[in-house]
Amino acid sequence: MARFIIRRLLQMVGVVAVLSVLLFAWLRSLPGGTVSAILGERATPETRAALTEAFGLDQPIYVQYLKFVQRAATGDFGVSTGVLPGTDALQIFVDRLPATIELSVAALGLAVLLAVPLGYLSARRSGSPLDSGLVILSLVGVAVPVFFLAFLLKYQFAVEWNWLPVSGRQDSLGCTRITNFFVLDGLMTREFDCSASALKHLVLPSLALATIPFAVIFRITRASVLEVLGEDYVRTAESKGLTARVVRARHVMRNALLPVVTTIGLQTGALLAGAVLTEKVFAWGGIGDALARAFEVRDYAVLQVLILAAAGIYVFINLLVDISYAIIDPRVRTR
Amino acid sequence: MSPANPFTRRKDRIDELAATAASPSGGIAEAGAVDEKPGVSLIASAWSRLKRSPVFLLGAGITLVFVVLALVSPLIAPHDPAAGLLLDQVRPQSNPVPGPQDGFPLGADSRGRDLLSRLLVGSQQTLIVGVFATITGLAGGLSLGILAGAFGGWVDALVMRVVDVMLSIPSLLLAFSIAAVAARPSQVTVIIAVAAVQVPVFARLLRGSMLAQRSSDHVVAARALGVTERAIVFRHMLPNSLAPVIVQSTLVLAVSIIDAAALSFLGLGNPNDRQPEWGQMLGRAQTYIYDYPHLAIYPALCIIVVALGFTLMGESLREALDPKSRR
Amino acid sequence: MTDTATTPRPSRHGDEPLLSVRDLSVTFRRQGEEPFTAVDGVSFDVRPGQTVGLVGESGCGKSVTSLAIMGLLPPRGNTVEGTASFEGTDLLRLPADEMRDRRGRDIAMIFQDPLSSLNPVVSVGLQVTEVLERHRGMSRKAAQPVARELLDRVGIPDPDRRLKDYPHQLSGGMRQRALIAMALACAPRLLIADEPTTALDVTIQAQILSLLKELVEDTGTALVMITHDLGVVAGLCDEVNVLYGGRIVERGTRHELFANPRHPYTNGLLASIPRLDGARGAPLTPIRGSVADNLPWDHACAFAPRCSQPVDVCTAQTPPLEESGVRALRCHNPVR
Repeated sequence: MARFIIRRLLQMVGVVAVLSVLLFAWLRSLPGGTVSAILGERATPETRAALTEAFGLDQPIYVQYLKFVQRAATGDFGVSTGVLPGTDALQIFVDRLPATIELSVAALGLAVLLAVPLGYLSARRSGSPLDSGLVILSLVGVAVPVFFLAFLLKYQFAVEWNWLPVSGRQDSLGCTRITNFFVLDGLMTREFDCSASALKHLVLPSLALATIPFAVIFRITRASVLEVLGEDYVRTAESKGLTARVVRARHVMRNALLPVVTTIGLQTGALLAGAVLTEKVFAWGGIGDALARAFEVRDYAVLQVLILAAAGIYVFINLLVDISYAIIDPRVRTR
Repeated sequence: MSPANPFTRRKDRIDELAATAASPSGGIAEAGAVDEKPGVSLIASAWSRLKRSPVFLLGAGITLVFVVLALVSPLIAPHDPAAGLLLDQVRPQSNPVPGPQDGFPLGADSRGRDLLSRLLVGSQQTLIVGVFATITGLAGGLSLGILAGAFGGWVDALVMRVVDVMLSIPSLLLAFSIAAVAARPSQVTVIIAVAAVQVPVFARLLRGSMLAQRSSDHVVAARALGVTERAIVFRHMLPNSLAPVIVQSTLVLAVSIIDAAALSFLGLGNPNDRQPEWGQMLGRAQTYIYDYPHLAIYPALCIIVVALGFTLMGESLREALDPKSRR
Repeated sequence: MTDTATTPRPSRHGDEPLLSVRDLSVTFRRQGEEPFTAVDGVSFDVRPGQTVGLVGESGCGKSVTSLAIMGLLPPRGNTVEGTASFEGTDLLRLPADEMRDRRGRDIAMIFQDPLSSLNPVVSVGLQVTEVLERHRGMSRKAAQPVARELLDRVGIPDPDRRLKDYPHQLSGGMRQRALIAMALACAPRLLIADEPTTALDVTIQAQILSLLKELVEDTGTALVMITHDLGVVAGLCDEVNVLYGGRIVERGTRHELFANPRHPYTNGLLASIPRLDGARGAPLTPIRGSVADNLPWDHACAFAPRCSQPVDVCTAQTPPLEESGVRALRCHNPVR
């Protein structure tokens, strides 16, 4: 198991290396070159010269790359030009990370908790009206643009009916901040009204963000359970007279969940991209929000941090997924 | 199945689809299954099942209507979609969006242009974005796949490594990043950004299905008979790789249209709206969305229906072509 | 049914049959397709301690018969008719939860492919102990030594280690032994073995067969042996039922059937076995055609198109199953 993890970690280093090359190439190909891209309109000859020097743009390309890696390794990605002008780009990422994690966890949790049981039910009753209905719902789910759904929810539940807050993460209640996970902070400080407010704000954005992961996880669960139900070992389990509960949990779900776990890992990618759109609609104030803003105003300093971070988070989560996969599946672990 | 690196799973799913190409004459008949006629090819049996599938017929119907609409819409649109015919009714403060009236059943947009005409003609640009993005992605993937396959060795290793890393970036985020490189966004940059995301998918899909076939019996047999390597690739391997590529293309058509809308929403789309496109109309409707939600709802519904049509078609194709589902 | 199959046969040793199958029919119905009768009025008895063979080609209905008795057919898309009384209880009419109580305790089953029949993500030990937990009310801890004992009894070396292993770490023969251990965990009175050796190497096949023989002799478990391999029958079965096209075409004790096959199909099966003591260069005699050539039983003998000695009546009239004692035969023009 330890060897397995070490091997994955080493592969991850390789991935990050290739990623850094791609990111570097991306930065170099930005319109107007790196300096204008990062400094934007405010470029005076002095700042231009300083940046050219700092980036080593007058030096051979491999030196430039090494400098880029060096700066990235020390967390120096430059200063924001558009999102929060003058702020350190990395700081923007760090400040906004908890908001996005809170939203993503809520959305993914919602998606998984609904999709896995419904997928099982659908497979067990395949061909029934319930099954057909859920399958159609999941197909529609992926066809709806995320940001449109976010607007729709916001328009109906927040603007028209006024049931839930329109935007933001919390009402201004003067809550104490500890971790910047607002729900958690409220629980830790026993300011329960703060947690309640944060939860209320979470409902609509997490619903919007959960649709696509729900649809995809539902369909994978359904297909996977259908396949496992036809496996010989399920028949063996039934032939042993095991209770329906044991057959379901130990023999069906434990196998059927293998591809589902993988899919959940992959959906974190869709979640990060979806967060850009959803957070923008709900002015969430997380990484997605900042990314959307950075794309609009072409704040490349912020973009490079956030894109690298998003890709890194995605790769890291899929590493965790692979490890959990190995925990569930002995064939991977003991090879 | 063994995960070989941190993102094996997405690769595996593509490879699984690729594997459907490997068996040109299909699956294994179960004991007691009497409906498996020998010699019926996978494609023929898939087609006979598709004809009876209401899901496929619905998807194909939607697609057909959409394509016909895209072709004839300039002829049937009541007005010029680029002409601000109701511009005189637009009052930025009190009435930015003219409502429905005689000759303008859906009203106009914020520049006084007939909404119905824009929706109708919008189908054309939407189809263009979808089709060109898919073709571009396919062409890029095909070239990379063939390059990797033809040279083998370190070229193959390098190409596939880069492909895998590209797959490790969340796809929509990659599209955003590529669109952001464009100094002057246009329809073309939108198509390129949306297509670029699909290049690694197609590359991996093609290489996977060609590899699966390289060792399959019919290719080995052809080689044993002295068929040239070129003929094997073009006459045996590529045609049999088509099934998964067609399935993936159908699904990509839907994804491209939705992704293009997301690009417009972030201001990375085509700024020129004289040629309307649904994604662009939806992305730009955000300005007035709380007062005039219909500006967003109409193009969104169009996108949803068309994307659903492509998805239904693609999914039923995938199911029909999957040897595993032939039980 | 025009057969005489419903009349119970006189019992051999005077024992009451443990399992008595009467007129078992299974019809599969799939949407948009003709209903397909896989098992068509099959009747046979199994007495305590007896080993009964069900023999036939794939698709003859032998596996479906066993799954129907176990209540393991898919819940939808099929109709099961007839009775299968086990110690007086009709298994086919038993409520699902009562059937669940009996499976693995009174009747157990082992399957063809030991790899796919074992759950790949659950340890071998747990797959054995879960039966003991379920039917003997043992705690998982208390079941451990019993499971160890079971693995030892089926001849798995180093059982302590194997309990912790996963199926992919075992060899094919060991997997089948583990499955046998699970099936025998609660000392069932009836064991159904569905082609237990087909997926194994020839040398392993012989080991598994002799293990099965030994175990049923030691424990007095009755065994229904489902196979296409007459070699298996010769070594193991007291009584043999030959199935063709979902119906029993011939039945007899092992000795009668091998010495004096009356049905052309049985005869053909025996003639198609290569013999070491045959004359050198003597050609093998295969049965021509395949199951696809079958006629429907309604107005003919299903085997007629493949038969070596058909007569006119074979394609005009369904042959009835004529019984005398253990022996039974369904043929218009038997051999000899």
